[in-house]
Amino acid sequence: MAPTRTIPRGARTGRNRRRAEGLAVHAALLLVAACFVLPFLWLLLASVNGTADLRASAPDPFTLDNFDAVLNTETTYRPMLNSLVLCGGATTLCVVCAVLAAYPLSRYRSRLRRPFLLTVLFSTGLPITAVMVPVYGMFVQVDLIDTMYGTVYFLAASALPFAIWLMKNFMDSVPTVLEEAARTDGASAMQTLYRVVLPLMWPGVTVVTIYTFIAMWGNFFVPFMLLLSPDQLPASVSIFTFFGAQGTVQYGQLAAFSILYSTPVVVLYALMSRRLGGGFALGGALKG
Amino acid sequence: MGALTTTSGARGSTSGPLATGGPGRGFRARRTLLRGLPLVPAVVLLVVFMAGPIGYCVYYAFTDMRLTGSAETTFVGFDNFTRALGDDNFRNAVWLTLVFTVLSSIVGQNTLGLALAGLMRKASRTVRGVTGTIVIAAWVLPEIVAAYLLYAFFRREGELNSILDALGLPEQNWLYTLPILAVSVANVWRGTAFSMLIYSAALNDVPQELKEAAEVDGAGRWKKLWYVTLPLIRRSIGTNLMLNTLQTLSVFGLIYAMTRGGPGNKSQTLPLYMYEQAFKNSLIGYGTAVALMLLLVGALFSLVYLRLLRTEV
Repeated sequence: MAPTRTIPRGARTGRNRRRAEGLAVHAALLLVAACFVLPFLWLLLASVNGTADLRASAPDPFTLDNFDAVLNTETTYRPMLNSLVLCGGATTLCVVCAVLAAYPLSRYRSRLRRPFLLTVLFSTGLPITAVMVPVYGMFVQVDLIDTMYGTVYFLAASALPFAIWLMKNFMDSVPTVLEEAARTDGASAMQTLYRVVLPLMWPGVTVVTIYTFIAMWGNFFVPFMLLLSPDQLPASVSIFTFFGAQGTVQYGQLAAFSILYSTPVVVLYALMSRRLGGGFALGGALKG
Repeated sequence: MGALTTTSGARGSTSGPLATGGPGRGFRARRTLLRGLPLVPAVVLLVVFMAGPIGYCVYYAFTDMRLTGSAETTFVGFDNFTRALGDDNFRNAVWLTLVFTVLSSIVGQNTLGLALAGLMRKASRTVRGVTGTIVIAAWVLPEIVAAYLLYAFFRREGELNSILDALGLPEQNWLYTLPILAVSVANVWRGTAFSMLIYSAALNDVPQELKEAAEVDGAGRWKKLWYVTLPLIRRSIGTNLMLNTLQTLSVFGLIYAMTRGGPGNKSQTLPLYMYEQAFKNSLIGYGTAVALMLLLVGALFSLVYLRLLRTEV
């Protein structure tokens, strides 16, 4: 009799313990989530507050004037357009170069392949911040300072090692069988890449493209150093003008502008994660 | 297979003898060149805009170049470096960079990221979704926006003090008394998602049977973590630590927007010190020497990272 009584009791305590553990897990996660969400509260509240300061207080009065005040060419449209030109141009350049470079690295063997890949991997780790002072010096000497295209080149180059590495990993997972068929039918390497390999790895290409774009959109230091004239500054730098010479900071407008400036990358990320697993794909490609 | 050579193909390295005989040396050289052609745009970009500046970096670091009157630039040997090592502000910056990196990257992002990834596996779909979305949102946000949010959070009249007040705890003017702690927390807030994503992917690959086997052998939760899970994901831990550290070493915008390195130099890490010396004080040569040291530390970490991944290349 004894064993039949102890088994259910053991199972019950086990179930209870599991339930307690589940509760603890959820409580811990929600606590972290609450801590992470706090700074966002200020942003959302201040953007619709007529008298916003650094306090996170209920809007008084509730108003959309802050958005109204920043939605003009000078404050929002031009910096955002500059950001788009800068990051769009650099992302395109970077991804095209990365796809082209990844193909021979993924498909052919050569004694140069390994050293090249090691160099690429090594340069993904170099702190770009450290080269900004010499880059400034170099750009002054070769007259690229304060030019959009010069900044596009540098942004593209600085994102390139990581893009090549990711792209090569994605390309490695595309089977070569179809390519072989295309090649025996007389297609050139570039035709094969364009018509066979790329269609098979578009999720990888999209992840790399969006990731590169998001990183550049938020990049402050590079345009801050390399662009000088106010009408060329992207949103990441122009946002500093809210702490203008006037002294008084328009916190409500700062919050409104921050939301407008962040929206494109948040939307892009959301689209990517819905369709492609987003950062989880990136984490998978990186986990080593 | 025929003329097509792939990594899985029979004809491997061009350095070795050709297994199938085949065409002569000249043809092979030409073929290698032709195949390498798609690499050219990437190589040109990298050489001109990455290797170029690094070369300049090494050169400037040994000169007394200034922003004003660059015509008088002369070679000064190791003067910039000896000067830096003797400068209290430089040593302060090195120390703060170390504190910032250990606190925010190694302790903060790495541990919190692993904990979140582990807990999320046991949570319900909704809680996992909500937590993941919020943590990732902090990561996707542009650097300067994140900086302003955390600036507002840590200000004297900000949210943190309101909460402390509500809990009956003493308030602090965080950005003045403990600025390095404030910017470290800011970096944890912004960077944890990256570790979380890497660890989520890694934990997915841990075979369930191994954990069950350990359970059968009577291992508790912590023993399972320590003896089964952690050893299995050690490569991911290495990768993540390296990438986090390298990212954190070069954080500039976040600190610049929150404190400008101040008050005084109480949150002036190496990138901010380098910027101040090169541009506020117009000492490009000296600033570059500091940059070169930062670059060397980064290169060192990068080499360790390379060793961790060397089997993959």
